[in-house]
Amino acid sequence: MNYNLDHLSELESESIFIIREAFAQFENPCILFSGGKDSIVTTHLALKAFYPAKLPFPLVHIDTGHNFKETLDFRDALVKENGARLIVGSVQKSIDDGKVAEETGVNASRNKLQTTTLLDTIEEGQFDACLGGARRDEEKARAKERFFSHRDDFGQWDPKNQRPELWNILNGRKKMGENFRVFPISNWTEMDIWQYIKREQIALPSLYFAHERDVLERHGVLLGYDKNVHTLREGDKVEKRMIRFRTIGDISITGASESTADDLDKIIAEVAAARVTERSGRADDKRSDSAMEDRKKEGYF
Amino acid sequence: MDLLRFSTAGSVDDGKSTLIGRLLYDSKTIFEDQLESIEGASNKKGLDHVDLSLLTDGLRDEREQGITIDVAYRYFATPKRKFIIADTPGHIQYTRNMVTGASTSNLALILIDARKGILEQTKRHSFIASLLQIKHIIVCVNKMDLVDYGEETFEEIKAAYIDFASKLDVEDIRFIPISALKGDNVVDKGDKMDWYSGGSLLNTLEEIYISSDRNLIDCRFPVQNVIRPHSDEYHDYRGYAGRVESGVFKVGDEVMTLPTGFTSKIKTINCGKADVAEAFPPMSVCMTLEDDIDTSRGDMIVRVKNQPEATQDLDVMLCWLGDNKLVVGKKYIIRHTSNEARTIIKEIQYKVDINTLHRLKEDKNIAMNDISRVTLRTTKPLLVDSYKNNKSTGSFIIVDEGDFNTVAAGMII
Repeated sequence: MNYNLDHLSELESESIFIIREAFAQFENPCILFSGGKDSIVTTHLALKAFYPAKLPFPLVHIDTGHNFKETLDFRDALVKENGARLIVGSVQKSIDDGKVAEETGVNASRNKLQTTTLLDTIEEGQFDACLGGARRDEEKARAKERFFSHRDDFGQWDPKNQRPELWNILNGRKKMGENFRVFPISNWTEMDIWQYIKREQIALPSLYFAHERDVLERHGVLLGYDKNVHTLREGDKVEKRMIRFRTIGDISITGASESTADDLDKIIAEVAAARVTERSGRADDKRSDSAMEDRKKEGYF
Repeated sequence: MDLLRFSTAGSVDDGKSTLIGRLLYDSKTIFEDQLESIEGASNKKGLDHVDLSLLTDGLRDEREQGITIDVAYRYFATPKRKFIIADTPGHIQYTRNMVTGASTSNLALILIDARKGILEQTKRHSFIASLLQIKHIIVCVNKMDLVDYGEETFEEIKAAYIDFASKLDVEDIRFIPISALKGDNVVDKGDKMDWYSGGSLLNTLEEIYISSDRNLIDCRFPVQNVIRPHSDEYHDYRGYAGRVESGVFKVGDEVMTLPTGFTSKIKTINCGKADVAEAFPPMSVCMTLEDDIDTSRGDMIVRVKNQPEATQDLDVMLCWLGDNKLVVGKKYIIRHTSNEARTIIKEIQYKVDINTLHRLKEDKNIAMNDISRVTLRTTKPLLVDSYKNNKSTGSFIIVDEGDFNTVAAGMII
């Protein structure tokens, strides 16, 4: 017997270790569930970490009101199958309560508004740790994240004043009102995620697989067209194309790519050959060079 | 495919960013939109070349000031291995960052500018790698193109480094002459240095054997959580969740739980729904025992005949990371495996001058980035091994009781 773990098993083991630490060190953790593949993998790892017990944390979904139907159906099925608890924070409610104002204009999005809803949902549920599926390889500000990421009592991230993390000793001590974001899959890459999904046969929303859909092209980004979300302006053209989504977020901002990859093997081949990052299709990151850093400082995922 | 974690350290001008950029680029890890984005940013800064350091400097302040604030993690893979680079800046809070990056690394990559030879920074990085018990060091003598690819220069630096390294505790040191800028010996060997018979850097990273670094002898399983499903199907299930830090645990093995001292046998080992016959580091598993034993988080499952030391007095090397200075006699929190206690630092033996490796016995002023040897007393016994034998049970962190920041990292002697 050679006592070697392959890279996926080593990453899995590290993530399970972190999830178990979060469970032990915090009183009321939750999983931030977006319906995207990274939060699905995070949920899968959490289920594995506590098996045969049930998932000990609720799933928290911030619903922008502009979600793909496929994502919501998938979420509800997952919750049902695992007997999990689901808490939905509604951006529409934050708008109705006057806490945030809807953006206007053709590129209007509810992406930034989510932060307020998220922070309110965290406060209401009294969650002291939120587990998320962010990865360090996704975006340059995220490359600086800790596994246990400290947030002050306004939910803000201070990237220059982070606790050093050494070996595998995690420090989740906090003062009243502060909380943590926990990122168990920090060290995974997009490729690791796909290989692991295949190995573990994890179910995904159909949006990830190539399908025919009405799309709208804007600033070189292909958006899945929804008449309730997108305001058409002159020259906008809606057309049917064969596409798939590499990331899944709010309808208003999630870019699709033209693809014929309709199964996991084809997707893995496509990811291996890809020459642009998966977030290149995200209109939210394109607002400025430090768009992600700015949102994260305010309390975004 | 396995995983290799390595750390790099260096200042802006020794070619580290260029080297990392080349490894990422040649392994197709840099994407077009990233390249476009840093090309644009380089133009804005008035540079006529693409500044690859912009890839690792992710925060706005870093880009504006041209510095790296923090450890950045980078990922790339070849068909043979997946790599995680802990890229640590050489100037600000260098010790703190190098120690953090080194704590999870199998290997340290040290860059030396062929024109300058061994600098203080080279010594610092090497000492920290040795202190953190990194078993493999690759010394890249860079900018060989600027010394006419001369074998003599390379050999001189190599001899000087070997002389210096005799004071260190590193098992495996390799030397590679490279030009990160021109690419010689980085991914491909190139034709400029026929006198060098070893492999390229990437080839060495792919082939280096690291699995013998793990401790498969001393069984240590710190309990993270107790799993009690409270369901009809698993009514009596009581599982101990944790990660095997060292040794190999097999179903049927006789084990002891510490500090209670109860003995039992391993009944099952599972990882999710899958039962496994044995578990080895660094597997996260859940174990059940034949007997119902009162064991909880902070306890450790070990073999009866191979136990860690239970002690309240620790003799340690300490890297101070906090903004406030170390205060002798003050109470701190100590976190060790899944255990936590309070501690006071009783005495400072000496501080290490990390440039000369001299022991400064008179200097008791310990601030951020200082490395010192101290004695600690804890409020309850901890289950420890020496760091040299066991990184997991030999390491700990110290947390300030006021603001809960991590203020020190320690290694048990």
